[in-house]
Amino acid sequence: MSGATDHLPRLLALVPWLLAHPDTPVADVAKQFGVDERQIRRDLDLIWMCGLPGHGPGDLIDVFYEGDRVSLSNADTISKPLRLTLDEALALVAALRTLLGLPGLVETSAVDRALAKLEAAAGGMSDDVVSADRAAAEPGVATAVRTALESQRRLRMRYWVPARDEADERDVDPIRTFTAQGAAYLVGWCRRVEDVRTFRLDRVLEIAVLDEPAEVPAEARRRAVDAGVFTPAPEDRLVTIDVDPQARWVADYYPTEDVTEQAGGGLRVRLRARDDDWVVRLGLGLAGSAVIVDPPELAAAVCAAAAQALAEYRPNG
Amino acid sequence: LPIVSSRRTERLLNLVICLLHTRSYLTAERIRELVPGYDDAPSDDAFKRAFERDKEDLRDLGIPLETGTNSAFDDEPGYRIARGDYALPDLTLEPDEAAVVGLAARMWTSATMGEAATRALRKLEAAGVEVAPLPDGLQPRLEPTDASLQPLAEAVRDGRVVTFDYRTGRDNVESRRTVEPWGLVWWHGRWYLVGHDRDRADTRVFRLSRVVSTPKPTGPTGVVRRPADLDLAAVVASYDAAAPVLTASVRVRAQRGHGLRRAATTVTAVLDGWDLVELPYRDPAHLADLVLPYGADAVVEAPADAVDAVVERLVALAGTR
Repeated sequence: MSGATDHLPRLLALVPWLLAHPDTPVADVAKQFGVDERQIRRDLDLIWMCGLPGHGPGDLIDVFYEGDRVSLSNADTISKPLRLTLDEALALVAALRTLLGLPGLVETSAVDRALAKLEAAAGGMSDDVVSADRAAAEPGVATAVRTALESQRRLRMRYWVPARDEADERDVDPIRTFTAQGAAYLVGWCRRVEDVRTFRLDRVLEIAVLDEPAEVPAEARRRAVDAGVFTPAPEDRLVTIDVDPQARWVADYYPTEDVTEQAGGGLRVRLRARDDDWVVRLGLGLAGSAVIVDPPELAAAVCAAAAQALAEYRPNG
Repeated sequence: LPIVSSRRTERLLNLVICLLHTRSYLTAERIRELVPGYDDAPSDDAFKRAFERDKEDLRDLGIPLETGTNSAFDDEPGYRIARGDYALPDLTLEPDEAAVVGLAARMWTSATMGEAATRALRKLEAAGVEVAPLPDGLQPRLEPTDASLQPLAEAVRDGRVVTFDYRTGRDNVESRRTVEPWGLVWWHGRWYLVGHDRDRADTRVFRLSRVVSTPKPTGPTGVVRRPADLDLAAVVASYDAAAPVLTASVRVRAQRGHGLRRAATTVTAVLDGWDLVELPYRDPAHLADLVLPYGADAVVEAPADAVDAVVERLVALAGTR
């Protein structure tokens, strides 16, 4: 797009927006429109030169400042925003549809109603174009988490840690939720380890909202902003895995340090792992299509675990 | 350059106001007189070129420019903007609806979609919708989105055939696809395109993250015919994983194998610290994928072909030492 075709849509949105929000500080307007204050002032200077044919004093759009605040009038012809473009409608509708896949995090009926209204207003952006699966997972866990967040109360849950294949009970003071790769997560202050922890909601086996109020240390709340899904740290152990062509998905699925193509269509994948148990489980799960090459003691641990499992099938050995 | 560009923007804004204001169609000559900015065109040809370019820009922006004549005696066409089609229709959102819309707009992590969502929010606000602040602690995020989402959505909406390069997951081979696009689906955290693959003459599901070129629409609009009663999500589901129809009996050590217990249809306690779970699966390879990570804590009892699949892979692994 040329400069003009980028610029004009902002002006056509700015005019009705200011009519609906008179007396707004220029700095706030700039923030809302994602440009700097000088640009908004230039936009307003330009708008002020425009108006109805004839361009007499009564025909032009009025822009007036009071201190650092700005208002606008005499712009009846463009007092309504231009309808949503495809990318604008898509950005809202597609995101709303993905929310439907996360039951309990938001009020599903509100999403449905908002979608219906937006689709009516946006024309052509119906669920024929973008659609989403409604999550099959039971919404009970997410609802409990949302309730606890809203009422600032403590959660008690039985949580499954796949890396160690253990389920344990812990009390968690909820801080925030987020989603990644289609799964919903809770970041909370785990009272047992007295630290910030991230929990995947579909690994919560049982959950209850307690009557006790949540008590999150202020310092933990700050740290929780950055907490996300597992992000490898330099101190985590570097593991090298050779995967066969049918297991190339490993490189897509896990955060990797580097990936090198191998002869025959396989890959050499290097990734960082915090938990040796996790590596052994990964190695077992990839049995027959990938081999852990390094570190040698983990490679040996995987082989030993495989031999142990094999012994269950061949008790007489 | 900025001066030229802002003068052009000014001319375009005046043109939009003029064409929205007029009830009757205005001829190009009349527009030249009325809209400031055309008067400095040095010749008729220069004006015509500038006006053509402006009309094109307005149409590109989705502004509904109409062409017509005011009476049967006019032989020169005129222009105006259809007011009803120009403006965002009136829209009233309840507070909870506005809250989820605000939340949705902030979910994007990719800049292009995020900016489009922000522009959409400003328009909704300009139409009088007040978007509430985010509920504290609630912050779903979408992964950086595939750049092909928008061009594909456009092709679906316009009913146009689309071509793109696609990398298959299995053998990592890239090939050019020509597809009649039916719709896009968000499925288990990823975007998919469902459509009719012309070269393969069959329904296909494409993962957007494997579309490696920018999809290009080809041919006229409105040629794509969606099957009636098409359920996009169901199509992806049927491709994503043939629904598990088989059931295996798996012996699981007490207090272990939680993932298997969650997926099981029944869990029965047997003796000596073992439970027996009935586990749905698709085929022996799938069952092996499910069970193997648990090592000696999960042992397949039946059926025999599933046992064989697990044992074969364990043997392969144990033999690598």
